[in-house]
Amino acid sequence: MSDDIGVIQTVDFFPPMVDDPYTFGKIAATNALSDVYAMGGEVKTAMNIVCFPQSWDINMLGEILRGGSEKVIEAGGVLVGGHSINDVDVKYGLSVMGTVHPDKIYANNGGHPGDKLIITKKLGVGIISTAHRVGEATQEAMDKAIESMTSLNKYAAQCCKNYDIHGCTDITGFGFLGHLHEMVDGKLSCKVYADQLPVFEEALEYADEFLLTAVAQQNRNHAGRFIQFDKDISFAMQEVMYDPQSSGGLLIVLPADQAESLLADIQALGVPSAIVGEMMESGDKEIYVTNLNK
Amino acid sequence: MITVNAIGDTCPLPVVKAKNAIKELNGAGTVEVLVDNEIAVQNLAKMAKQKGYGCKSSKVSSSEFHVTLEIGEASAATGVEDIPEVCAVVPGHKKNVVVAINSQRMGHGHDELGAVLMKGFIFALTQQDVLPTTVLFYNGGANLTIEGSASLEDLKNLEAQGVEIMTCGTCLNYYNVSDKLAVGEVTNMYAIVEKLTQADLVVMP
Repeated sequence: MSDDIGVIQTVDFFPPMVDDPYTFGKIAATNALSDVYAMGGEVKTAMNIVCFPQSWDINMLGEILRGGSEKVIEAGGVLVGGHSINDVDVKYGLSVMGTVHPDKIYANNGGHPGDKLIITKKLGVGIISTAHRVGEATQEAMDKAIESMTSLNKYAAQCCKNYDIHGCTDITGFGFLGHLHEMVDGKLSCKVYADQLPVFEEALEYADEFLLTAVAQQNRNHAGRFIQFDKDISFAMQEVMYDPQSSGGLLIVLPADQAESLLADIQALGVPSAIVGEMMESGDKEIYVTNLNK
Repeated sequence: MITVNAIGDTCPLPVVKAKNAIKELNGAGTVEVLVDNEIAVQNLAKMAKQKGYGCKSSKVSSSEFHVTLEIGEASAATGVEDIPEVCAVVPGHKKNVVVAINSQRMGHGHDELGAVLMKGFIFALTQQDVLPTTVLFYNGGANLTIEGSASLEDLKNLEAQGVEIMTCGTCLNYYNVSDKLAVGEVTNMYAIVEKLTQADLVVMP
C-alpha cells in the first residue's frame, strides 16, 4: 500500500474435525488467522466463509461463528462480514487481511546453511482427531489436541519480531515434513532431530495402533522421496511427522546464535516449542531425520 | 477367510475394521478388505509391513480395490515381525503395459536435452494413476538403472509400487557396468521378447 505498509490477504476453510460447533469455529479461525502470523503480519480484518445445510439447526451455525469471532477478537482483528451458501456439508473458515512492513515479510524458503529450526506446538493432532472420530482416543488426549488447535500463533509470532527471522511457515495439512520440504525448497538440506520434536505421546500410541489418516499417506507419497529416515526412527514417529495438523504451530528458521534466545522467549509464554534441526548445504536428500541422542 | 467391506469408509476405518477381523481370526488365516481408494490400500499395506503380514491387492475398478492380508502362524503368534513383506499393487483388469527404454536419451536431437527429457519421462511415469507392469532397459537404456543414474530414485519408487524393472544383462556386460546395477533385476533376450510380445501395449519413449 505504501513504502512501509504491505497487505497480506489470505483465505482458508475446511470441514469439521470435532463434533462441537463452537470448538470447530475456534479451530478453523485459529488456522485461517495463522497464515498472517507465519508471514510476520498483524491481523486487521476478517470475513467469514460458510457452507451450511439449510435444513440443519441454524443455532449450530451460530455456535461456529461465535467460536470464530472470539478468535478474531483475540487476534486483534475486526470481523467485517462474510458470505454463506447452502451446501450438503458444513465448512467454515475466514478470509483474513493483515498488514506487514514490506521489508519484514517472512519468506517460507529464506533459510541459510547453519540456521536453526524452531517448531512451536506439539505434533500429532491429526492422528488424535482421527482416532477420536472412530472412538479410539481418550477424551484427555482429544482435549489436549483441541487446546493446541485453538491456540493462536500470535504470541510466538510476536516473539519473532525481535530476531532476524530467515524463514517461517505454519504447519497445517502437509504435516511437519511436507511444510519443511517447502521451506528447504530444493536449495538446501536440513537435518531434523526426531527425539527433540514436541509430540503428543498419544499420537505415537495411536499410530502404533494403525489409526492412520489418508492425508498422512498422501503427504508421504508427495514428500517421501526427499526424506531419509535413520533406521532407529520408529514407524509411529514417521507417521506423526507426516501427520496433517488442522491448526498447527510455526516452523521458524533463524541464525544459530539467536535460536536459544528466541526459544526461551517462546517457552516463557508456555507454548510447547523446541529447536529441532538445522539447515545445511544442499545434499543428496533434502531432509535427514535422525536422533540427537543416540 | 474373512471378508471386510470397507467401501465408503474413510481412513482409518478400513485399517480398524481389518484389525478387528484379524483379531477374530485368532491365529493364522486370510482377511480380504474391500476399499474404494488407493490411499486406503497403501495404509493397509503399511500395517501389513509393520506386522509382517503378507499383502496383495488388486484393482477391480477405479473405486474398488481388494486387499488380501495373509496372517501367517509366526506373525499371528508374535504379533510383530521385523521382516517386512513386499506388498505389490497389481491392478486386476489393468492392461499389460510394457515400457521399453533403449537409450539414455528421449528422442533424437541434442543429447543434453534428450537426457533431461528421459529423466522427466521416468519421473512422470511414477506419477501415473495406472502404472506399467514392466519397464525394460536395453542397449543405452541399461545406463539408467545403475549407480549414479539421475533416475534411480524414481525407478526405486516404481519398483516399490510393484512395477518390474528389468535390465538386459548382455548390455550391462557390454558397457562393463554389471556390478553397478542399482535397481530391479537382470534379464535376457528370451524374457525381453516374451515381455514385448505378451504386452497389450508397448511404450517406447
